[in-house]
Amino acid sequence: MLPDHAKLLALLQEAGEVVGRKKWQKIVYISKKLELPLQEKYTFHMYGPYSEELTMRTEELCSLGFISEIKERKAGYYQYRYQLTEEGGTFLEKMDLDWPWKKAEAIIQQLNEYSAKFLELVSTMLYFEELPKEDVKEKVCALKKSQNYSEEDMEEAWQLIQSLK
Amino acid sequence: MNEGNRTLQEEKVFKDPVHRYIHIRDELIWDLIGTREFQRLRRIRQLGTTFLTFHGAEHTRFNHSMGVYEIMRRIIEVFDGRPHWEERERLLCLSAALLHDIGHGPFSHSFEKVFQTDHEWWTRKIITGDTEVNRVLRRMGESFPQKVADVIEKTYPNKLVVSMISSQIDADRMDYLQRDAYYTGVSYGHFDMERILRVMRPTEDQAVIKNTGMHAVEDYIMSRYQMYWQVYFHPVTRSAEVILSKILQRVKKLHTEGYSFSQPPYHFEGFFEGTLSLEEYLRLDESVVLYYFQMWQFEEDAVLKDLCQRFMNRRLFKYVEFNQHFILNEWAKLQELFGQAGIDPDYYLVIDSSSDLPYDFYRPGEEEERMPIHLLTPEGRLRELSRESDLVEAISGKKRTDHKLYYPAEWLETSGHEEEKQQIKKILFSHQGETESEYEER
Repeated sequence: MLPDHAKLLALLQEAGEVVGRKKWQKIVYISKKLELPLQEKYTFHMYGPYSEELTMRTEELCSLGFISEIKERKAGYYQYRYQLTEEGGTFLEKMDLDWPWKKAEAIIQQLNEYSAKFLELVSTMLYFEELPKEDVKEKVCALKKSQNYSEEDMEEAWQLIQSLK
Repeated sequence: MNEGNRTLQEEKVFKDPVHRYIHIRDELIWDLIGTREFQRLRRIRQLGTTFLTFHGAEHTRFNHSMGVYEIMRRIIEVFDGRPHWEERERLLCLSAALLHDIGHGPFSHSFEKVFQTDHEWWTRKIITGDTEVNRVLRRMGESFPQKVADVIEKTYPNKLVVSMISSQIDADRMDYLQRDAYYTGVSYGHFDMERILRVMRPTEDQAVIKNTGMHAVEDYIMSRYQMYWQVYFHPVTRSAEVILSKILQRVKKLHTEGYSFSQPPYHFEGFFEGTLSLEEYLRLDESVVLYYFQMWQFEEDAVLKDLCQRFMNRRLFKYVEFNQHFILNEWAKLQELFGQAGIDPDYYLVIDSSSDLPYDFYRPGEEEERMPIHLLTPEGRLRELSRESDLVEAISGKKRTDHKLYYPAEWLETSGHEEEKQQIKKILFSHQGETESEYEER
């Protein structure tokens, strides 16, 4: 159990702060697809790949006081802001984790600059990455009708995926 | 009409203790039930190791799959003729409901953790690969098996269809809550499903509930909440699950090290090598796994032998709850002390968290993280459940996590390494929470 929790803390430490649960979900998924050694199991949901295990693990880290979660009211919904706490940092140090720090830093800092909506697109494309590129596009159009992703969005997502690989 | 779309000359019915009767009128469904892959589910318990805590929990994935099918059939009866519902999706929904768990293996949660595999992948393989299930489905058309797999994987474009089997109020959950309650014998888990089905309505994106049915949904959410804490997260079941995982971990290690087994793990080798074929996977069921555990009680390796004896004879680990202070200040020391006392902490000191379990609570939609339950107002607007129901809002914000540390308590009372054992007990007992006996009496 503990090393898997610690890896999430390492990711959050590199990010500094992550705003939004959906963004956190997608960042962890994309990082996993880019072969960071994360264990959270994902399945496809209405808004793209989603991990109940990650949701629970994040809640556990909050309840242990290793992550701070700040709830903010937005128009029509709540948004959550996540940061590593001092105790979380101490725990991470004690765990002496076998973790690709440099690679993780490069990935997380880049991903954190994008919106949750864009990361939803990237993670959905990665979910279907074994399909030919045209079929991926078709899947995204069929499954993400309401998000209205443009050709340019998809091209930008491909470029981001290539640059991170 | 294509060959797969025939209606049986006479409706077939199965007696079922939860839904009373399960009605089959489509030849396709009848033939799917008769496939060897579906029959295999009779040999896989729905709740894994829970039977060691609640002795009635011997029901199988077969019973559950039949129940999900029946609930889906009843939902479709309600949707029939309403806007957004397309009759041509009926057999797709019924097939997906029946087959949604077809890829589960024996004690699949532990197997998935230790061998990095997942039942969803096997489900897809069974539906789209060279199997009896696939041959039956293909009678509906070449693309039909793929569509069934897409619905189960939640990537089918018609989201209403997906939501009927995989959402926060779906045929799968409504069956397992009632079925698990029935077989464990607990008094939680019951809710008015008939009422929920009557007020369920199709929309473009999901099945929603008319707001007049809010109290029935509240009951369902409460049942779900209670079942998690009282059955699914039960610490004794988790102890058995911990031991099961450690057996698999030990066998894998011994196999890697070239240990000479008295009973070699033939059925597991594909898992170890990462070469498991579909045929080998289908051969593995709980009877096979328990046969190995039975035999490994007599292995020379002391750890494997002990863990198997514990599992077969229900000599489970005890547990304490722990907190931040423990992790930051005592965890490393405790591991060291276990080693010094001659108890291998890799197998006998195990942290288990709620996130290690495959169950989820109701979660409202937080900025599109996950689709919530929606209530349909008379004006045709959708409102998220916890915004309308104080009861649901109250339990949505409650503690949903816990952490437990499992260990073989009786070994701390045996002679030898007394000083280390005293120190271990001092640390462990400072975290003693709820006692196990309190749980065992339930």
